[in-house]
Amino acid sequence: MIELARVSKRYQGRAVLDGVSLRIGEGEFVALVGQSGAGKTTLLKAINRLAEIDEGSVTIADIEGSPAELRRRIGYVFQGIGLFPHMTVAENIALVPKLGGGEARVGELLDLVALPRDLAGRYPAQLSGGQQQRVGVARALAAEPKIVLMDEPFGALDPVTRAELGQAYRALHTRMGLTTVMVTHDLAEALLLADRVVVLAGGRIAADLPPKDLFHFEGDPAIAAMIATVRAQAGRLEELAR
Amino acid sequence: MIWGVSIAELARLMQAHLLLSACAVLAACALGLPAAVWAAHHRRASAPLMGAISLAQTIPGLALLALFYPLLLLLARTTGWAIPALGFLPACLALTVYALLPIVRNGVAAIRGIDPALREAADGLGMTAAQRLRLVELPLGAPVILAGIRTATVWTVGTATLATTIGQPSLGDLIFSGLQTEDWQRVLAGCVAAAVLALVADALLALVESGLARRSRLRWGAGLALLVAAAALAFAGPGVSTGQRTIVVGAKNFSEQYILARLIEDRLHRAGYRTERRDNLGSAIAYRALAAGDIDVYVDYSGTLWANVLQRKDNPPAPAMLSVLRSELAKRDGVTLAGSLGFENAYAFAMKRSRAESLHINSLADLAAKAPQLKLASDLEFLSRPEWQAVDRAYGLRFADKRSYSPTFMYRALEDGSADVISAFSSDGRISAQDLVTLTDPRHALPSYDAVLLLAPKGDAKLAGALKPLLGGIGIDAMRQANWMVDRDKDKRTPAQAAKWLDGKLKYTAE
Repeated sequence: MIELARVSKRYQGRAVLDGVSLRIGEGEFVALVGQSGAGKTTLLKAINRLAEIDEGSVTIADIEGSPAELRRRIGYVFQGIGLFPHMTVAENIALVPKLGGGEARVGELLDLVALPRDLAGRYPAQLSGGQQQRVGVARALAAEPKIVLMDEPFGALDPVTRAELGQAYRALHTRMGLTTVMVTHDLAEALLLADRVVVLAGGRIAADLPPKDLFHFEGDPAIAAMIATVRAQAGRLEELAR
Repeated sequence: MIWGVSIAELARLMQAHLLLSACAVLAACALGLPAAVWAAHHRRASAPLMGAISLAQTIPGLALLALFYPLLLLLARTTGWAIPALGFLPACLALTVYALLPIVRNGVAAIRGIDPALREAADGLGMTAAQRLRLVELPLGAPVILAGIRTATVWTVGTATLATTIGQPSLGDLIFSGLQTEDWQRVLAGCVAAAVLALVADALLALVESGLARRSRLRWGAGLALLVAAAALAFAGPGVSTGQRTIVVGAKNFSEQYILARLIEDRLHRAGYRTERRDNLGSAIAYRALAAGDIDVYVDYSGTLWANVLQRKDNPPAPAMLSVLRSELAKRDGVTLAGSLGFENAYAFAMKRSRAESLHINSLADLAAKAPQLKLASDLEFLSRPEWQAVDRAYGLRFADKRSYSPTFMYRALEDGSADVISAFSSDGRISAQDLVTLTDPRHALPSYDAVLLLAPKGDAKLAGALKPLLGGIGIDAMRQANWMVDRDKDKRTPAQAAKWLDGKLKYTAE
């Protein structure tokens, strides 16, 4: 579905991506994790060509054309939600299909993300943070893409809303047969939602494992430290639950 | 009548003012908004453009207007096209340049000020650059962009009053002529009318702005509709001339010129001509405007033409000067010197009679001896004129202090003691009214200044015929009285009324 081959990107002399190769199959839910500056957002943007790469190649099955056309066919959920404040909920959701000259079934999309239909005429500022990001997800899905890219999608939300929205999206992913690539700095979130977790460090892939294998990962001390924190939290929570 | 200004005149000037301002702001928007969009996306490449626009703003409005005159004249000469260098075109161009800064600067700030996350969202969703501009950058930046247009509009309506000085009718006509003739009601009428125009335009734009900010289609629609209606009214008005030829009468910026221009107009109306006036022309601009055909007729003075146009430094007797002027102006520029009007408006040094008598000053030679204790008040151009240099050379005048005033305030300075001597004009009504004496010129340093009627190249014989009664028809006493009617404070008359009076005093010597 998505294939990156030896992708490199330099920014002000520093390698942000250093020969990354990654193949993502249809229907997979891949989480990209790593510390700040590890290159995870740049890797995500390389997929829809928001970031121009210096070396290597990015291939996406069945999509050709200009960068703008490509982006319209790939859903994108933004870190800061990124709804346009001068457009209503309905206008925000219908935006991407409209760019290509089509129309969107706004009501159905609101149903899909479990928002009441009467929010359609409101402006983003009149919604709660969780409602706003649900609209963001609806907007990403409006043009019926097969691929969805998410950049820290739930980072700005409170923990309860965050977990709720994460689960809701995971259900949509499965139901609609999407291919999802999600950037997150929260390893627990990655382990809970993804089929596959890719850990980036210094512009390279340090680990690429299913959640269960990563949870028991021993090796690279930096990754082991990250895992240890999650494991310790899980252990403590289990104790509390007993 | 409102404050001594007829409704018809006020309406005509308001319409001209509105048309000029609307054209300038629209042109500035048409140029400035695309420039702002480009500059916002090309920060480094646009730095010189932004600098140039800011620099233009530092030029005083009056100077900017005046600069476009020689510029267009040069352009017309080099290209051979018939570009009008006076009136609407240079005024509109100068005001457009002036209006650019707030429009471009706000436009750039509006687009650059948009949250980068929203710009990235626009790109990430697959908008092209054009779609991003139309759907995101312009709508979000609209309130700031509009605030710039509002500022530009208020400036332009205010600055458009200065267009008068380059021969474009505007509400400034009332202000400038009122200032010269000390007709404060007229000045006030001009100021108030310009302020009302500016406030109304600003209020309508504010309505559009708040409508956009509140996303109320009704609000911005109503504001826009009213603005368009006002502009349409200005464009539809009778300002644009029809097929019939209109004679343009020029006048410099003082009472005598206003009176004579109206006298000429009255005579031409009687001969069946339509006329237009260009008041408040600078001394140097008036002659060049006539030579270029931008105005058809005006009155100038032989000594001024001799020194400024022919650049002559000698000082022949009056008849010889006139005959050389007649042949030289015709040869050089095709200008017809129709003849002298019969009076002189010469530079003369004047003092209060009591002061002159107590100091025993009768002539410029006497003055030179006492000058180090005396203060001179001159009009704005006298000290930079060759006439002053000639007098200074002949008599060696070393004053304790020299200051320039507009003519009206120069006489005030003499009255209140801030000056002892002034550079008066011999036809000025205030000389007899204020009991002043003019000093004699035993060394003949000052040239003669016969008022002469000048006609543009390609003038027809019928036009010259219509104005013939003026030649030799105006005596110095009649001219002084007419000037005094306009300049005095009590029982003040308008230049048009003084012109009517003067017409009745014409000496029919020619017949």
